Amino acid sequence: MSISAIQPVPFGRRLKRFMADRPLIPLIILLVILVVILQVLRPGIVNERWIANTIKFAIPLAILAGCQTMTMLTGGIDLSVGTVATMSAFIMATQVVNQDPAVAFLLAMMPAVLIGLVNGIGVGVFRVHPLIMTLGTSLIGTGCLQVYQRTVIASGAKIPDFLAWLGTGVTYGFPNALLLFVPLAALIVFTLSRTGFGRLLYAVGDSERATRLSGVQYWQVITALYVISSVLAGVTGLLYIGLIKAPSLSLAEPLVLPSVAAAVIGGTSIFGGRGGYTGTIIGALILTVLTTLLTILQMPEGARRILFGLIVLFVTAAYLRIVEER
Amino acid sequence: MSRLLRRQGWVAGLFALLVILFIITKLIQPGYGSGDFGSLARAVLPYAFAVAAQTVVVIAGGIDLSVAAMMALTSVTAASMMNGASEEYALFVVPFVLAMGFVLGAVNGILIIVTRVPDIVVTLAMLFVLQGAALLVLDAPGGAVAEWLKGLISGTVPIPGLPDAIDAWLPKALLVLIICLCIIWIPLRRSKLGLSIYAIGSSELAAFRSGVPVARTRIIAYALSGLFAAFGGLALTMSTGIGAPIPGPYLLASVAAVVLGGVALGGGKGGLLGPIVAVFVLRLVRTDLTLLAIDPNVTAIIEGAIMVAVVMFGAFITMRGRQ
Repeated sequence: MSISAIQPVPFGRRLKRFMADRPLIPLIILLVILVVILQVLRPGIVNERWIANTIKFAIPLAILAGCQTMTMLTGGIDLSVGTVATMSAFIMATQVVNQDPAVAFLLAMMPAVLIGLVNGIGVGVFRVHPLIMTLGTSLIGTGCLQVYQRTVIASGAKIPDFLAWLGTGVTYGFPNALLLFVPLAALIVFTLSRTGFGRLLYAVGDSERATRLSGVQYWQVITALYVISSVLAGVTGLLYIGLIKAPSLSLAEPLVLPSVAAAVIGGTSIFGGRGGYTGTIIGALILTVLTTLLTILQMPEGARRILFGLIVLFVTAAYLRIVEER
Repeated sequence: MSRLLRRQGWVAGLFALLVILFIITKLIQPGYGSGDFGSLARAVLPYAFAVAAQTVVVIAGGIDLSVAAMMALTSVTAASMMNGASEEYALFVVPFVLAMGFVLGAVNGILIIVTRVPDIVVTLAMLFVLQGAALLVLDAPGGAVAEWLKGLISGTVPIPGLPDAIDAWLPKALLVLIICLCIIWIPLRRSKLGLSIYAIGSSELAAFRSGVPVARTRIIAYALSGLFAAFGGLALTMSTGIGAPIPGPYLLASVAAVVLGGVALGGGKGGLLGPIVAVFVLRLVRTDLTLLAIDPNVTAIIEGAIMVAVVMFGAFITMRGRQ
């Protein structure tokens, strides 16, 4: 009797619950669908070289989106990543002309640490809204970079071979950038899920007051977080210059808003306390494939941007529906 | 009461800062006169509207990242519609563009309500959409503007009974700004709708439980933001004579001025006067730095540093006040 009383759950609801329990699956399905569309539109495009290329371009975006993921977990955001990445890339490219690469590397990472520190102190100690704080420091950073450019205009710039190898090189079909990205991503995922610092980030985002009352030094967590975020952005800049190979003053700026979008598509809540880095990586891949798709459709630039915006909005909305309706 | 005092104190402090800056300007450049003030007012105009657009939304507890893109779109639409058209046709273009801004702003709000996606993400997506639309309307800076619209913001207003010396300090651009903002802001502030906007910004749940139609109010707040942004786009077209599809630096400037103007980013606090004064302060600082013949790139650093310092200072004061 009791067995017949159990109604079979409708397939649709079961599917939905399954997806809600594993939020990565709908994202992966979307990624696959996009790749399939690409293959249908341009048969034969999806080959080994294309995949390597896509991954190469997705990696800088994914690292920057990692900065956003971590800061968003605490309820913040880091809009200075573009400027930091540009600064470190530009300084590296110009300093390496006269300096030892190691010295140039240290010089390139200096502004990153500095900006991260200022961000962290502003947000953690003075309680400035992260949006404002990071926008402000990015404004200052851009100004400094423009002044700096004047001083090195005569010496020229070059891309260190190592960075070019890391950024564009492909070994056995695998982009070399994965050598940097895989350990980095593993470290971020590990930090977020297995270490005390990661738990603190979730805790701060969930309830700042409760965290503080349980004895956590809020400002220390936040300062460390923004320094880490900036250093990651700096490293991204070095990787990106190896990929793009043309130092400019707005090198990584176009990546900032997509990095926020990638984190949001990946399921990280912009209000903090919920999300993770694995989703963000898939979000970055989705955005990169999407960009290729829109380029292949040969639409005018304007229509491409419109579609990009609409799709980001639609994906985020659909994803929220799937994950939150339990 | 103490909060009111503090808020008014903030605006008063900004005014004092503005006056000090004017004195400094006069000291740097003894020849600084009414003509320069007029060009300051003209330069401020698009910024002020962008700030007004941001202010309404921030007070309602949101943020609008699409302000600059909205200005670009309305600006190119106006410029391309008026290109080669008669002077009278502009009489139709202006309300059309304003309505377009209002509707697109409402779309922002509706999307936030319907999709339940955080406002920062929705307006970010709309930023791309509006930017794309602007590029579709005009793919390079161009278009034209009716002469009478250009005349609307250049020169001064002759008021009978006032000596010319005072007249000269009343640039038309300033008057246009004040009239446009007052016509919308003052009735709004006094109406139930205005109160609702403050209510949902200060506590959405409390507002909902006291019977404020939260969704409708939010949509209207974004629609008003779009309307102000459309004013900004028109101002842009009027002062440059063309429309440019690439958004200017108005997003950052608007957020900065809103915070400088004493509007809390959490929502529910502040008014329109503070941010507008803040815009004048920021532009005047830039003028001073230019007059001092400082490298424009250094100017950007100083502006950013001032912004960060002021915001930190403001946060510090609030923190002290709370303790």
